[in-house]
Amino acid sequence: MDTVATRLANAPTLAQRAYNIRRNALRMGKVQGQGYIAQALDISDVLAAAYFHAMRYRPEDPAWEERDRFLLSNGHYAIALYAALIEAGIVPEAELETYGSDDSRLPMSGMASYTPGMEMSGGSLGLGLSIAVGRGLGLKRKASTSRVYTLFSDGELDEGSVWEAISSASHYKLDNLIGIVDVNNQQADGPSTQVMGFEPLVDRLQAFGWFVQRVDGNDLDAVVAAFDAAKTHPEPKPRMIVADTLMGKGVPFLEQREKNHFIRVEPHEWQLAIAALDAGRP
Amino acid sequence: MKSTRPAPDLSKPRLTTSAMIASIASEGQRTKPAPFGHALVELARSRPEVVGMTADLGKYTDLHIFAKEFPDRTYQMGMAEQLLFGAASGMAAEGFMPFTTTYAVFASRRAYDFIHQTIAEEDRNVKIACALPGLTSGYGPSHQAAEDLALMRAMPNMTVIDPCDAYEIEQVVPAMAAHQGPVYMRLLRGQVPLVLDEYDYRFELGKAKLLRDGRDVLIISSGLMTMRALEAAKALSDDRVDVAVLHVPTIKPLDAETIAREAGRPGRLVVVAENHTVIGGLGEAVAGVLMRAGVHVPFRQIGLPDEFLDAGALPTLHDRYGISLSEVVRRVKGWLK
Repeated sequence: MDTVATRLANAPTLAQRAYNIRRNALRMGKVQGQGYIAQALDISDVLAAAYFHAMRYRPEDPAWEERDRFLLSNGHYAIALYAALIEAGIVPEAELETYGSDDSRLPMSGMASYTPGMEMSGGSLGLGLSIAVGRGLGLKRKASTSRVYTLFSDGELDEGSVWEAISSASHYKLDNLIGIVDVNNQQADGPSTQVMGFEPLVDRLQAFGWFVQRVDGNDLDAVVAAFDAAKTHPEPKPRMIVADTLMGKGVPFLEQREKNHFIRVEPHEWQLAIAALDAGRP
Repeated sequence: MKSTRPAPDLSKPRLTTSAMIASIASEGQRTKPAPFGHALVELARSRPEVVGMTADLGKYTDLHIFAKEFPDRTYQMGMAEQLLFGAASGMAAEGFMPFTTTYAVFASRRAYDFIHQTIAEEDRNVKIACALPGLTSGYGPSHQAAEDLALMRAMPNMTVIDPCDAYEIEQVVPAMAAHQGPVYMRLLRGQVPLVLDEYDYRFELGKAKLLRDGRDVLIISSGLMTMRALEAAKALSDDRVDVAVLHVPTIKPLDAETIAREAGRPGRLVVVAENHTVIGGLGEAVAGVLMRAGVHVPFRQIGLPDEFLDAGALPTLHDRYGISLSEVVRRVKGWLK
């Protein structure tokens, strides 16, 4: 019998959601034979917690005015966000096989005009937090209770515009902003901390006037608790979650692969990766 | 390698420059104060979605008029142009209509990618009004936006407007609001010349308008160079040179039909006059229109040279670079010989 109680009892756990997101991402990577899959795997737990615990939205109405906004600043993580949007029912699963191909709504870099549920065009890095500031200000003008979640990467901390936005968000006391910075310590030219040091990140963000939490971004309970605290924190400050993550998380042979911004996955390895993920299925 | 300039002749008298607020109005010319600011206030009274945003240049872009009237609808983003335009995109995404202001150099050069990606590519309803267009500051290349039209017209989705005077700016502001999508407007600020009220003129987005007809020369112009063209036409009539002036305030989308039709009338020298580098602005846009339309006429450009312009007093610089009244007259006469 279909009752609320039975549906809740049968609802996938967050761990299952995260697994499904990873699996969707791997299937898209397999279609294209490429993709920022190591990043997708590292951020899947954060996306699972965001879409299936923290955020308010209606899958059938991605432009619902009361929704929480999710901005993907690091547009190359689109493969991960598509995987989450498919799991959330915002993008039909059947479109998964179009990823990165002609006329697809799922281009390799996330763009607002292509995809339901995609709120901004990323790709050029360091844009998201500035947009988030305008969205936060606009929501406050409308007396909306919606929040703006913005995912960006540790490499983006190199961009001066990110710090312009960080300053202004605290100047305007944007407590409706929740930033998530994925610290996987990997950017195009190597380990992020070597390319351009950004530590001590928590201290720096606190000094800029943000409420900051640092968590293991692959520990679902910790991420859930961080989102809860970010939503309920009483001070009129913007909120940042610094999420330390592991590139390739969930697929052991990719976790151990030599770390590169764009990790090489051989054609036959996509199926192996899916099998490895399935072996640890929750 | 860059070498420093020779020392000046200290015995000669010199003009000095006002850093940011040098007026382009000539002495005794009729002007109107802050037409943009007042027009925006007027617009905002009936459009509650209008908000003002600036990057520490509210006072220098006439946005302070709006800020005084609507303090709670004004957002100071600090001296951070990338943030300004990113935040304007976000504000527009939430249903508001931001009128953003800064100097043309900072919008077109520093924040280009932010305008390109967050506003133009996302097709957000953001209005960009930029002071000190072309050569309207004697402060030097840091503040001389000689190439802003070239950059902005190269951007898909962007509408680009270069108004002539206060009378036109008052009409452009509501027209920007009536147009859904991003608009870049070159802003004349402070005491702005009043010229076009003496002509039977209405601004229409995307339309070029013939302000006066003439048999010998057709000057196609935008922005403050239309004012110069009209003055030059009067001056040249004393020499029995009959000059027509076609004002093209909308640089993009360009009114190719009117331009090709007017330039195609035989027997006239066609001169494009613009307060902009001769590269990539109205001049080359018109040349492209004429080539594509198969209109072959004598064609000359008045505009800023492809070099970093000097610092100095505006009248000196307008003379030096050929966009002053006397230089326009001199050049046109020279071409007619």
